[in-house]
Amino acid sequence: MTSVTQDIVEDDAQGGPSRSLWARHENSLLGLFAVTAFMLFWEFSVLYGWVNPLFTSSPSRIIKAGAAMVRDGSIWNDLAVSGIEFGLGYGLAVIVGVPLGILMGWYRRFNALLEPFVNALYATPRIALMPLIIIWFGVDMSAKVAIIFLSTVFPILVNTMTGVRTIDRDFIKVARSFGASDGQLFATVALPSSVPNLLTGLRLGLGHALIGIVVGEMYGASAGIGYMMQTAGATFQTDRVMVGIIIIAAVGMALTQGLKMIENRFEMWRVDHRG
Amino acid sequence: MPLDMMDKAHDARAVKLSARGVRIDFWNDRIKRNLRVLDGVDLDVREGELLAIVGPSGCGKSTFLGAVDGLVKMRAGEIRVDDVPVDKPGADRAMVFQQDSLFPWRTVLRNISYGLELQRRLSSGEIRDRATNLLELVGLKGFGEHYPHELSGGMRQRVNIARALATDPELLLLDEPFAALDAQTREFMQVELLKILARAKKTALFITHQIDEAVFLADRVAVFSARPARIKAIVDVDLPGQRTLETKLQPRFRDLQERIWRLIEEEAERTGLLTSTVGA
Repeated sequence: MTSVTQDIVEDDAQGGPSRSLWARHENSLLGLFAVTAFMLFWEFSVLYGWVNPLFTSSPSRIIKAGAAMVRDGSIWNDLAVSGIEFGLGYGLAVIVGVPLGILMGWYRRFNALLEPFVNALYATPRIALMPLIIIWFGVDMSAKVAIIFLSTVFPILVNTMTGVRTIDRDFIKVARSFGASDGQLFATVALPSSVPNLLTGLRLGLGHALIGIVVGEMYGASAGIGYMMQTAGATFQTDRVMVGIIIIAAVGMALTQGLKMIENRFEMWRVDHRG
Repeated sequence: MPLDMMDKAHDARAVKLSARGVRIDFWNDRIKRNLRVLDGVDLDVREGELLAIVGPSGCGKSTFLGAVDGLVKMRAGEIRVDDVPVDKPGADRAMVFQQDSLFPWRTVLRNISYGLELQRRLSSGEIRDRATNLLELVGLKGFGEHYPHELSGGMRQRVNIARALATDPELLLLDEPFAALDAQTREFMQVELLKILARAKKTALFITHQIDEAVFLADRVAVFSARPARIKAIVDVDLPGQRTLETKLQPRFRDLQERIWRLIEEEAERTGLLTSTVGA
């Protein structure tokens, strides 16, 4: 406890290019160390026969399986199919969710009309709608796009709505005092002040979209990362399942990180979000 | 006779703002009744004058200012600026709000140009030039690209004043602009405000609950009565010479301060008595 506190104090006190490599990247280096140690332990556990690789796979086996999938080209098709589904579903969710969220946040009556539907669907795990979606769309790509859309649109909508609704009254007063029209009030106050919430919605939506891909493809599909994992799992190809998990995790982390960076850029002006 | 002449000269200045019988009611949802906030306020502010309004807290000073700005609807009475009746916000008036009403997502320069951007009267280049000039006027040259959270409270209020001056209003409305500042900064900002107003040549209506601030800044101080408020008295601030930090040490300054304090005390006592009678 004590040492941790001291480290933080030192970090704050020094802060500058003069610090050593270790001091500047301590957290990342500690993380890297932990992951490496875990991988080695995993690899050696299999090597010394402590666990059965049929169940656990191992880092070297996963790399080998991944390389084979790249070599025979099957991975590209799966990635492309999942990518297109994700792009369409997520894109559609943004196109629908952001304007609806803004309208619901801005117009009380519009909100009152749609709120029951939004609340009900937001509270329902969207995966529960999968059988219905299969009935409507079959098992081709449109079903996956639909489930990704439904998974993603509500977090985006609800967060955007909250952003518009929680505008500081003082800002509205200032805009009105300068004679702002409704449109100007919207463009110069409502929109910019809800950007942080909107971005949070986009980031949360991302996680839901990934769930949508995997579950949607496991439910019924002929290609895609989720489908690949499903078939590999059914035939005990643990290595290939692991490749799928790693791809999903890596994509999720990369996209989340990207959005996080955009968020930070926009929250520069928010005192409470700095540091 | 010369005295008379001076009085006439004083009166000869055009009336910038005239309020007649201003009555404002607020609906209180809890007790389901209209509460009378202002009950017949009559007030004239002359061109180039700084008039301060003081009064017991909660007396409706800010509400009156809101009505002058056109943000608050009147129940009865009339407010005219340059003889034009006020019914909504307009370019002839601008409000300096309390601290933290600056848009945090706009740079200092773009906060100042906000009103001009809404008006769409000038090109973006002209808006930029004007905002830069005002930045200099309020003594913040070089801070244009900073964000509000990077400035101190005093600096933020300078930006706030510059933002209000940007649209070149006839009448500047200041709603306790220094209330959230620390005591030292407040004193400096008072001197600074007088300089800025002298340079910008503006008429101003200033709300405060600090009597010394009112006496220091104003040509006249209007004392509001307790709610429902009317004008209880108007005190001429006849302090000789330029106002500096030393002004507050003059015996005359103290006299005025004491006189106004007594007027407010009377009001506080009146409502205090009223409350205790009702309570008993």
